[in-house]
Amino acid sequence: MLVLVEQSLNGLQFGLLLFLLAAGLTLVFGIMDFVNLAHGSLYMMGAYFAATFVAWTNSFILGILLALGATLLLGIALEFIALRHLYGRDHLDQVLATFGLILFFNDAVRLIWGPAGLSLPLPAWLTVPVQIVPGVFYPAYRLSIIVVALAVAALLYIVVMRTRIGMLIRAGASNREMIGALGINIKLLFTLVFGLGAALAGLAGLMQAPILTVQIGMGENILILAFVIIVIGGIGSIRGAFMAAIFVGMIDTLGRAFLPDLLRMVLSSAAASTAAPALSSMLIYLLMAIVLVVRPEGLFPAAKR
Amino acid sequence: MKSHINVRNVVVALVALGLLLLPLYSAVTGNIFILTLFTRIVIFALAAASLNLIMGYGGMMSFGHAAYLGIGGYAVGILAYEGIGSGFIQWPVALAASALYALVIGALSLRTRGVYFIMITLAFAQMAYYIASGLSRYGGDDGLTIYKRSTFGGLIDLSNRVQFYYLCLFCLFGGVYLIWRIINSRFGMVVRGVRSNEQRMQAIGFHANRYRLVCFVISGTICGLAGALLANNTDFISPAGMYWTRSGELMVMVVFGGMGSLFGPVLGTIVFLLLEEVLSQFTEYWALIMGPLLLLIVLFARGGIMGVLGRFSRG
Repeated sequence: MLVLVEQSLNGLQFGLLLFLLAAGLTLVFGIMDFVNLAHGSLYMMGAYFAATFVAWTNSFILGILLALGATLLLGIALEFIALRHLYGRDHLDQVLATFGLILFFNDAVRLIWGPAGLSLPLPAWLTVPVQIVPGVFYPAYRLSIIVVALAVAALLYIVVMRTRIGMLIRAGASNREMIGALGINIKLLFTLVFGLGAALAGLAGLMQAPILTVQIGMGENILILAFVIIVIGGIGSIRGAFMAAIFVGMIDTLGRAFLPDLLRMVLSSAAASTAAPALSSMLIYLLMAIVLVVRPEGLFPAAKR
Repeated sequence: MKSHINVRNVVVALVALGLLLLPLYSAVTGNIFILTLFTRIVIFALAAASLNLIMGYGGMMSFGHAAYLGIGGYAVGILAYEGIGSGFIQWPVALAASALYALVIGALSLRTRGVYFIMITLAFAQMAYYIASGLSRYGGDDGLTIYKRSTFGGLIDLSNRVQFYYLCLFCLFGGVYLIWRIINSRFGMVVRGVRSNEQRMQAIGFHANRYRLVCFVISGTICGLAGALLANNTDFISPAGMYWTRSGELMVMVVFGGMGSLFGPVLGTIVFLLLEEVLSQFTEYWALIMGPLLLLIVLFARGGIMGVLGRFSRG
C-alpha cells in the first residue's frame, strides 16, 4: 500500500514533468504550425545550464534561475537566427532542419562539457524526507517538483485564458493571418511563444537533472514521450497535453513498478522477468495504438480551426 | 522527342558505372577501405530508396524506417545464433518479419496524416527499439555478434568482399528497378494520385488507404532486405542500429538526393555518408558541421541534388 502511494506520486511527478515539455511543444505547434524536434535539446540544455550555474554560484536557487533565463534566451536566439525562416514551410522541412539542430546541440555539448555526464547535487534542505500522511515519507525534492510543476501549469492556464497576451496566443492559434491583419506584431508574438516553450522545456530538464544524470541525448527519449502525449491528448491542446501527460506518467511508472509482480502471478518467474521490462516500456505505445484506433484525433482535441 | 541526354541523366549514369567498376579500382589500387565504405553506402542507398517510395511518391513521411533495418538484421542474427545459417531461410524470414511489422504499424499509423504520421511512426520505431533492448537472450542492449554470415549453398560467398559488394549492388539496382516498375504501374499511379488529391481518388472509387498500406508494406520489406544485408556487412546487430536518429539520417539521405526522384536517394546516400566520412576525419565533432549544413540545405537547396541538377539541365 505504501509502495503504491509512493509510486503513484512518482508517476504524478513524472507526468507533470512530461507536461512541461509537451506543453511547450504543443503550444509552438498549435500557434506556429511548427514541429520542433530540437525541443528535447532545449530540455538537455536546461539541465546542463543548471548543473553549470549551480556549481558556479554555489547556490541551488540562484543557479536554477540563471539556467532558466539562459534557456529562455537560447530559445529566443534559436528562433531569431534559424527557426523563423521555417514557419511557412513543409513539416518535413521543419523536421529535417530541427533534426540537424539536435545533431549540432549534442556535439556542441560534447565539445563544451565533455562526453561524461554531469550531476546536479541537491542542497541539504531538499534531501530530507517529508511525511505526507502518517507513516508515508516522500523525498522533499520530488514533492517540490510536483508543487512547482502544478504551479506552472496553473500559471500557464491563467496566462493563456485570462490575460491579453494569452488572448493573442489563442487568437494566433485559430487564425494567424487575421490577427496579423488586426495589427498585432505576429513575429514578436511567435518569438515570445517560442521562448516560453523553451523555458518550459528547460525547466523540465533542470528539475529532472538532480534525479537522473545530466547527459548527452537525455532529451531525445523524453521528446518521443512528449510526442506520444501530444498524439494521445490531441495536437495543439494544452488541456489534452495535461491529461495525457499525467496518464502516461502514471502508466509508465506504475507499469515499471508493478508489472513484474503481476506477470509473475500468471507466468513462470523466469519468463516474467524477461518479459516485464520489454512489456513495461511498450505499455505507453500500446496505449497510443489503442487511442489511435478508437479516436485518431486524440482524446481531447483542440477546437477545430 | 525529348532528349534523354541531360546533366541529370549523365550524372546518374556515371555514378552507376562508378559503382559497378569500384571493385576494379579497389583491386588495382589495393584500397580495400573504399570497398568496405561503399558496401555500406550501397546498403544504405537501398534503405533510402525504399523510404523514398513512400515519402517521395506516396507522401507518407515515415520517421521510423530504421526499425526495418533492425528487424531484417535481427532476423538474420537470431536465426544465425540459433544455428540456422542458410540465407535461403534467413532472408525470407527477414523480409516476412519486416512486411508483417509494416502491415501492423501501417494499418495503425495510416489512420492519421501529416505531423501525426511522423510522430507515430517515430514512436512505434522507438517501441521496436525497446523490444530489441529487452531481448536479453540475444544480447539486450549490448547487441549480438554474428559469427557466420548467411550461406547460400556455395552459390555465393558473403565473406568474400567483392562478391558481397556485388550482391549488395545487385540488390540496390534490383530494388531501384522494382520501385521504378511500381511507380509507373497502375498501382503506382493510384498511390501518386492519392498523394496529390486524396479526396478525388476516393471519389473516383479507389480505396486510398489500402493502396497506401500496400505501398507502405512494400517499402518496409525492401528496407528489411537492406537490414539483412547490413547485419551481414557488420557481422553484428544491436538496438543502437535502430535508434531513431538512424531513421532521421535515412530521411536526410532521401531529401539530400531529392525526394520523389528515382535515383536521388542513391546520390543523397553517397553524398551524406562520404561527407560524414570526410568530416569525421577532420574532427571528432563532425555533427557540429553536419547539423547546421543540414539546416542550410533545407533552407536553400530545395529538391536536393536532383533538383539542382535538374535546374542545370534546363539551362
